[in-house]
Amino acid sequence: MTESTDAISALTVEHPSPGKKYYPPFQPTAALEKEAKEYVSMYPEGKELSAVLPIIHMIQGKFGYICPESMSWIAQQCKCTEIHVAGIVSFYPGIRTRCPGKWHIRVCHTIACALSGGEELIGYICEKLGIDPKELSGDEPMGISPDGLWSIEPVECLANCGFGPNLMVNDTLYSQMDKEKVDKLLAEYAEKA
Amino acid sequence: MSDIIYKPGHEPHPRETRRIFRNIDRVGYTPSIDSFIKDGGYETLKKVIKTEPASIIDEVKKSGLRGRGGAGFPTGVKWTFIPKGNTKPVYLICNCDESEPGTFKDRFIVHQDPHQLLEGMIIACYAVQAHYAIIYMREEFPEAAKIMRTALKEAEQHHFLGKNILGSGYDLRIILHRGAGAYICGEETGLINSIEGVRPYPRIKPPFFPAAIGLYGCPTIVNNVESLCQVRQVLMRGGEAYATDGAQRSPGTRIIGVSGDVKRPGYYEIISGSITYGELLYDLCGGPREGRTFKAIIPGGASAKVMSCTEVLKGRNPDGSVRKMSIFDVPMDLDSIAQHGSMSGSGGVIVMDDSRSMPEMLRNLNRFFAWESCGQCTPCREGNPWMLKLSERICAGKAAPEDVDLLKSVADNICGRTVCAFGEACSWPVQAFTTKFREEFLAKTQPINALKPHNPETAEARKFLSRED
Repeated sequence: MTESTDAISALTVEHPSPGKKYYPPFQPTAALEKEAKEYVSMYPEGKELSAVLPIIHMIQGKFGYICPESMSWIAQQCKCTEIHVAGIVSFYPGIRTRCPGKWHIRVCHTIACALSGGEELIGYICEKLGIDPKELSGDEPMGISPDGLWSIEPVECLANCGFGPNLMVNDTLYSQMDKEKVDKLLAEYAEKA
Repeated sequence: MSDIIYKPGHEPHPRETRRIFRNIDRVGYTPSIDSFIKDGGYETLKKVIKTEPASIIDEVKKSGLRGRGGAGFPTGVKWTFIPKGNTKPVYLICNCDESEPGTFKDRFIVHQDPHQLLEGMIIACYAVQAHYAIIYMREEFPEAAKIMRTALKEAEQHHFLGKNILGSGYDLRIILHRGAGAYICGEETGLINSIEGVRPYPRIKPPFFPAAIGLYGCPTIVNNVESLCQVRQVLMRGGEAYATDGAQRSPGTRIIGVSGDVKRPGYYEIISGSITYGELLYDLCGGPREGRTFKAIIPGGASAKVMSCTEVLKGRNPDGSVRKMSIFDVPMDLDSIAQHGSMSGSGGVIVMDDSRSMPEMLRNLNRFFAWESCGQCTPCREGNPWMLKLSERICAGKAAPEDVDLLKSVADNICGRTVCAFGEACSWPVQAFTTKFREEFLAKTQPINALKPHNPETAEARKFLSRED
């Protein structure tokens, strides 16, 4: 990690992560630019800024996280400053500045899921995957397993409260989980890797 | 692999009335437009698009429909707030950022019956003459986003969307915009800022009432998913017929999501006010789990004030005399529970039984609000982490009895001092929990703790204060 000299570089630091080997590095290409233009065209004339969130989602979906280089690229697409993009990225819990593992697990620990055991599940998964639960605190709570295959993040409410505890692996939701089901699920995903 | 608990052929409870959730769990029903059209879908749109927009607004006003997002504001009245003689474009936003803990009704609508929402939305757009509309969907619904994009394409192919809808000369474009996991984006002005591409801080009202100054400074109507589906029901049944169903001041059906310690948690659609909380929990949900009794109920999503099951409420008999009742006797409409100091909000009922520790529950809620505070207003940004620290300290048994009062006083000082309703949302649970379960909080404290340091740094500093160490 390099020493940062000003506010922008302090906000846009490249964090080390073992998950990087599972995602391609960010490369600005013509195809990406075309896709970004499509998002911009969804919004009324002159409102490029509105496309910032969809473009961030696109980048995060392809490259796993928002790296400093992609921030300046996004700023160009939306005709705004880099610090503005950094402000958006740092606001939303759903946007990451650190590369997750290949399988990113989000476990809900809000009241309804906690009533059915969501909080215990987080500790259990951490133990199983060899992730230090201390990593799950702070501004960007995410623990990555040393081999980079898994990452875990406690999240607030996935809006499926009646069927808790809920967790998401990448884009798929799994409800009514317990320890046995988690074991099975992790084995399933480990095979896919 | 589906993103929802799908229970094909699951029969609704006989006391339910499924209208919005009619097609949820129906065997053979898919989210495709063919399923919906076969079921009589888009007929209402074909009927009303030939009428005057003003007559649709009148019909919705007559129906007495109230918004289902939590605040319960009359939908038709909201639509009339667009300034007269407005020359700017009008926008309509569907709020699908369902993130109130305990609420999960919209998830099932967008996953299993997206066209129902689209039809309601097109009708609403036509009524307020919006030509551009946005579905703001939370990021945690990736599967629903795919379903909704397909649904939008299908609707366009069938000429229910796009240029010159059904030959009426009316144009409408609907796009899908995804959030990124922030609770504050469910607040309508925060949501608008999120769409504009700036940090989603809520705006102050007045002057930023969305119906007057909303998205890009133009009049904007923000409605919840269920409200828009109800609009379709209103036009299908006619405003007057709709108004006769259920509670007088909040007619129509309501979708209730029950979570926590009951035998059958899940979603239930009932006629507003037709059953009581007791009937919901004992009949529909099957009562408490084996060997347990109900202890507390949060009646309307995490930000509603908790109700104790043993607390004695004052009810009124039809002749005006006062009678004693409990939370189980309160009917499930929008207003009854408000008379007893809580709110029915977005219909998320969270139930806790006697095995639960109330300070633990409050700690969980405080963590949620501390995490989700957007940080715009100082009382909320600083108060929430403080309340979290206090409740964590109480749970750890390291608090003094005065800390319970301090906790409540912090909440009292956030409430009403913030730009948006988040200030109330985070302080109401604290106020209710610490008042109604005060004994339980005090039992976890010890007077001696007032003299002890709270963290390693102060423990270190203490050695300079005492001669003994």
